[in-house]
Amino acid sequence: MNKRLFALLSLLVIASMALAACGAPAAEEPAATEAAATEAATEAPAATEEAAPAAGGTIKIATQSPLSGGQSLLGVAIKQGAELALEQLAGDLIAMGYDVQLAPYDDQATPDVGVANAKNIVADADILCGVGHLNSGVMIPSSEEYHTANLAFVSPANTNPVVTTRGYLEVNRVVGRDDVQAPAAEEFAFTTLGAQSVYIIHDKTAYGQGVAEFFRAAAEEDGLEVVAFEGTEEQANFDAIVTPVVATQPDVVFFAGIYNQAGVFFKQARDAGYEGTFLGTDGMDSSDLADIAGDALTTGGGMYYTTVAGPAAAYPSAAQFAADYEAKFGAAPEAYAAQAYDSMNVCLTAIKAAAEAAGGKPSRLQVAEAIRQVNIEGLTGNIAFDDIGDLPTAQYFIIKVNAAAAADWGTNEIVEVLEVASPGKGE
Amino acid sequence: MKQFAANPVYKFFLFPIGQILLFALGASVILSLVTVLLAYIFKFNVTDFDLVERTMLILPQVIINGLTIGFVYSTIALGYTMVYGVLEFINFSHSEIFMVGGIVGIQLMAYFEHAGVLATMNEYLVIALAILLALVVSGSLAVTVERVAYKPLRGAPKLVPLISAIGMSFFLQDIVRLILSLTTGEFNVILPKFGTFDEFWKIAVPGMEDPLRIQIKSVLIVGVAVLMLVILNFLVNGTKVGKAIRAVAQDRPSASLMGINVNQIISITFLIGGALGGAAGVLFALKATKLDPFSGFFPGLKAFTSAVLGGIGNLTGALLGGLVLGLLESFSASYLGIFTNGAFGAEYKDIFAFAVLIIVLIFRPSGLLGQTVGQKA
Repeated sequence: MNKRLFALLSLLVIASMALAACGAPAAEEPAATEAAATEAATEAPAATEEAAPAAGGTIKIATQSPLSGGQSLLGVAIKQGAELALEQLAGDLIAMGYDVQLAPYDDQATPDVGVANAKNIVADADILCGVGHLNSGVMIPSSEEYHTANLAFVSPANTNPVVTTRGYLEVNRVVGRDDVQAPAAEEFAFTTLGAQSVYIIHDKTAYGQGVAEFFRAAAEEDGLEVVAFEGTEEQANFDAIVTPVVATQPDVVFFAGIYNQAGVFFKQARDAGYEGTFLGTDGMDSSDLADIAGDALTTGGGMYYTTVAGPAAAYPSAAQFAADYEAKFGAAPEAYAAQAYDSMNVCLTAIKAAAEAAGGKPSRLQVAEAIRQVNIEGLTGNIAFDDIGDLPTAQYFIIKVNAAAAADWGTNEIVEVLEVASPGKGE
Repeated sequence: MKQFAANPVYKFFLFPIGQILLFALGASVILSLVTVLLAYIFKFNVTDFDLVERTMLILPQVIINGLTIGFVYSTIALGYTMVYGVLEFINFSHSEIFMVGGIVGIQLMAYFEHAGVLATMNEYLVIALAILLALVVSGSLAVTVERVAYKPLRGAPKLVPLISAIGMSFFLQDIVRLILSLTTGEFNVILPKFGTFDEFWKIAVPGMEDPLRIQIKSVLIVGVAVLMLVILNFLVNGTKVGKAIRAVAQDRPSASLMGINVNQIISITFLIGGALGGAAGVLFALKATKLDPFSGFFPGLKAFTSAVLGGIGNLTGALLGGLVLGLLESFSASYLGIFTNGAFGAEYKDIFAFAVLIIVLIFRPSGLLGQTVGQKA
């Protein structure tokens, strides 16, 4: 019995040590942002003296994105982009006497985790605005929670039309939509690449399947032959799809999904002897793709992807941001970092406007309403929202991958840039 | 089989290899015949292309794919079935032991790459070293897990260690995730590129337009798996330790009365099962080219299914079950879409494979090679 007790105790000790190890980095982050905020606050007083600080209090801005797991590279970029914006742009609010904090949440790219976090976010009365998510499939159910609580969210990355077509006041995005992006990809494959046949694969998420269906509809309209339309959750062994792809050799394989899954498929298909062109959407925009797929991206017909978040070179005003980001986090910004910066900018601008109008700490509804009035010059262009929270005109990029390793991801070139008006709420 | 027992070469070498060949060929031939028959039946439904021709075009590739993944399933399934045979509970943490083996193997290759020697080393030596390391790490991990999580529960009702195993599985997943994020900072563990495994042997087949393409990797995976199965067979049926394992599996109290150290034998069982799982992890990593801390789950589930399909507790059954499940999966994934004209795609492969499994178990509740080993009171 004693031996057993001892074993149990030692297990407990190990477990608590493990927990402590896990907990440490998470605990550091808020501390760091707090330190930054207080630093800024100590500089501020000189300016605030005549401005007569308002009631004060704490204002938190949440971020929700996958900070762990296979898509964390993009998710962390969203958090860090927002963090940088908070640091650089919160001065006005701090001057008004508020303590501004970042509240990062990890949605693990999973809808149920996202919704659980959303309930926590909604329950924290200090949170007035949020930046997130990465995945449309997580954003759509989570935003039901935000909608009920009147909490405004600005999305740096979600492209599924349903995100905004529900017409919620609280949901906004600073990027384009899949019902424009997917037809643009199809147009590119059919007209520019001259493809005759396409094999469509999606990842069975709201995002992937949505894009794939828009692509198929456009292909059928143009008379581009759709060899197959497959959904798969497979992560490791793609034999089942690779075999027919190699046997039929379609001109283009269109993969609507996220890089960590698509990269493995690209590599296996190329290894097995597929010669054509891979085409993807904005979920492919990560340097990790080049690490996973290697030279499968540059051999044969190569690889292209469409995206709503162009590379740094596409935004002249983002050069300073890229330098600041690299100085702070030690790595070049991944896709969506600039969009997250802009989303945070929208939040801060709206909170400030609402606070001024309310003469004190604003309510969530006031912030949500103020967001729709925002008109700012962001890193990625002019940002103002239409009546459902879309940009009136969004940019879409088609990019050719020239990188066979993550370090070369910056050598990818922009093939086309399109500016398309938002299709609105639709029928 | 008693009459051949006199000749050890036959018993421990030729017989198991013949058995493996028979299973692989038999299962492939039966499934191929069924598929071709179906192709002729459905031929009249499909008008845009010749269904039979399309079926034949990819058939060899489908068989090769199915056998490759089937052998990986078999090797993992042996770990489940051995533990079940001895302890009569499902070791759900085996899928994580498998994943750890794969990740350790890749990390060794990545280490060689980092040291700059990977390109100059003999590729087969690299694989052999990776498998060896995986054998050691996964084997010792399995023994540790048994000591920590199962041994204290030896006398408890059977559901208790089962829950403990599920808990261990989650624990290992997140520990690996923690270690990876603390050391490499990466979630995905990516196989470095080296050697010539990705290339193909092209074999011209009379009567077919394109040559048959066999990836060297597939041959390697099958070869190593067969080798390990033969070694395991020798270990269990040809050595004293194997005899002790079988004795403990048959009747633990009596074995202990005969002077067999039951705890030690159970540890050895976990060691062998875990080591096999680790080696299978490296083979799987060669095929998948990318692993993460959660990628053990699905292959583990499939391997567990294989063990049940073959008859859990039965080593030969696990082998057969793995091959059948791998082939079933490969066939259904490749042909469902073609036969149903796109109505059901490869995404339904698991539904189909598991439906077959359920049907088999309705008629043979104790599995394909069902013995009543699992039905002990």
